[in-house]
Amino acid sequence: MSMQTLSMGNDRLVQAVVARQTVASVQDITKTYHMGELAVQVLHGISLDFYHGDYISIMGPSGCGKSTLMNILGCLDQPTSGRYFLGDKDTSQMNDNELSAIRGARLGFIFQSYNLIPQLTVLENIELPLFYQGHPAEESRHIATELAARVGLGDRLEHRPFELSGGQQQRVAIARALSNDPLIILADEPTGNLDSKSGAEILNLFDELHQQGKTLIMVTHSDELAERSQRQIRLRDGRVESDERSH
Amino acid sequence: MNEAIKHPAVLAVFQRIKLHLQPVYWTRFRKTAEVGIKSIHAHGLRSLLTVLGIVIGVAAVISMLAVSEGASFEAQQQFRALGSNNIIVKSVKPASLEASGGNNMRPQSISYGLTYEDILTIQQTIPGISNVIPSRIIKKDVRHLGRDISTDVVGTTIDYPISRNYSLRAGRFFSEEEMLAQRNVAVISDEVARALFPMTDPLGESIRIDGNYYNIIGVMEPEAYSNLGRSQAGSSNAAPTRIFIPLSAARYRFGETLVRQASSGVEMETVELHEAIIQVQDQEQVEAVGQIIEQILERRHRRVDYAVEVPLALIRQAEESALRDQIVAGAIAGISLLVGGIGIMNIMLASVTERTREIGIRRALGARKKDIVQQFLIEAVILSGVGGLIGVVIGILIPVIISIFWGMTTIVTVTAPLLAFSISALIGVVFGIYPSISAANMDPVEALRHA
Ligand SMILES: Nc1ncnc2c1ncn2[C@@H]1O[C@H](COP(=O)(O)OP(=O)(O)OP(=O)(O)O)[C@@H](O)[C@H]1O
Ligand SMILES: [Mg+2]
Repeated sequence: MSMQTLSMGNDRLVQAVVARQTVASVQDITKTYHMGELAVQVLHGISLDFYHGDYISIMGPSGCGKSTLMNILGCLDQPTSGRYFLGDKDTSQMNDNELSAIRGARLGFIFQSYNLIPQLTVLENIELPLFYQGHPAEESRHIATELAARVGLGDRLEHRPFELSGGQQQRVAIARALSNDPLIILADEPTGNLDSKSGAEILNLFDELHQQGKTLIMVTHSDELAERSQRQIRLRDGRVESDERSH
Repeated sequence: MNEAIKHPAVLAVFQRIKLHLQPVYWTRFRKTAEVGIKSIHAHGLRSLLTVLGIVIGVAAVISMLAVSEGASFEAQQQFRALGSNNIIVKSVKPASLEASGGNNMRPQSISYGLTYEDILTIQQTIPGISNVIPSRIIKKDVRHLGRDISTDVVGTTIDYPISRNYSLRAGRFFSEEEMLAQRNVAVISDEVARALFPMTDPLGESIRIDGNYYNIIGVMEPEAYSNLGRSQAGSSNAAPTRIFIPLSAARYRFGETLVRQASSGVEMETVELHEAIIQVQDQEQVEAVGQIIEQILERRHRRVDYAVEVPLALIRQAEESALRDQIVAGAIAGISLLVGGIGIMNIMLASVTERTREIGIRRALGARKKDIVQQFLIEAVILSGVGGLIGVVIGILIPVIISIFWGMTTIVTVTAPLLAFSISALIGVVFGIYPSISAANMDPVEALRHA
């Protein structure tokens, strides 16, 4: 551990020292969907703190609100009530533009169905968050090339998504999620569409990211996968059922 | 002035403009345009069919305007050649004389047309007439050595070239003295010069008409617009093979009565003057003077054996008809561009629906609503702009083809393609706005869930 800390350079060292710093915090959030007359409350007051460098899995039966919570954490949706702090920013009062900006600057998304843009090459897909951040093109290209190599796709830069296997596509998605150096990486069932071998590769990558100090929140159905994370949160009917730390 | 520039609001605007000029924005624009081109390219045929309306609209307008512009230019050029201060009075053989004659073989004598007295009356009663140039026009064969050519021999006065804006290619027109002395001098048209003197310089040579020799003292410039310049009742439509001689000489040599072998027998035709150009000092008065001349001639003649032409009125008509063409072209443009615009809106709506998920992804990765609007708007403008560009190319080619194969004058002005192209690009913006905004207003979560 100390060897690694040294090799990670100064800023990583600083981050390691201030570990257990809160990167995100939800406070008593609820979510209610209105379908005509009918109001369906999906989240019933969830409060959680997420710490820097943590690897967290969220579990629970289908329909318990995992994706709903992830959407709120990802600033794609806003809670009906309660507060959500991302870093030092309260997102509850943000307008659409501010939410877009914070998504682009502080969050990385990995979806079950990869969600790459089919017209764009591997490299262009990875660059996309940087593009919306207004990064200089040259620098973006450099970052994207490096990340593609890191997820083992250095030889597929100009390929289109449909020319890649599911596992490869998901690795592109991971590289894309890393490109803007986000505060949190959000993954909603990232291995849900993959066979066990490809799924294992993805999880190995997650382990690596965790070791490098990234903060990861992953939704999964599998206890086995959740085992690999440090902290397991179980939801049931829109409430936190349990919140355990394993390592 | 300086105070205004230093106002914080103004400075903020400058700041914004400066920001937008930064290379980062240009790169973003270029990237967005690239994505637009890619997705247009991905649906090649569909995109092509979509812009067809714009292509046809733009091409139709440009070529219609080019043809109309060309026709009006040609007409105006012809009428200008007649002189916008001129009124042209001509002798016309009345139809009643043509019909009569029957089948008796007795020589027939007919007399019609303008007289010297008509011209004198006109000149004396109407103020503001600066000059009158009468002419007699007689068909004659002209010979030089072994060659001969059928020409209109025009007996006229010294001001004829000035009044018609004709200039001489070589030599000079005849003078006052030659006129008074009834000299046998001739100025020949370019066509006659080329027919009779293909190799040699005609100046100083002699030509023979009816046994008399005439000295060539000048050659006219070729006439670009001859159709309306030609005169004389019954003369052919042939090229202006003309010879100009002093009116005095023409009267003296040929008299006023023409004897002709007609189908009905020998015909003696008496015409004093075939044509007179009446120049009016003030252009404003030309049309009024034309009407007065008409009235005078009506009183003096039993039959309508004359015609009064006012080139200025014809110019006005040509201008009016050009304007009408432009209005029609505008209406066609409006309709086809509207249809084209609706096509673009339709395809953009389809594209937005097809790419709902892409929109969701982009939003998740930090795209603002504005970015999404921009992306689809750029795509719509590229579509309509490409359509407009193809339309401009076709619209310029069509008049060229018309000119080559039908010999029509066509004029593509700079403004027509420019305007048509700008409007087509604007169509992209106008009809792209709704689809783009509906794309931007999608809920990111819903969009990501889209199949
Ligand atoms: N837009 C919506 N409108 C109405 N109800 C919704 C909407 N989105 C989600 N729900 C409901 O909220 C509940 C929770 O959905 P959510 O997608 O968060 O479940 P989940 O835990 O992710 O389930 P799964 O494991 O199957 O993905 C479900 O009952 C769902 O029907
Ligand atoms: Mg889910």
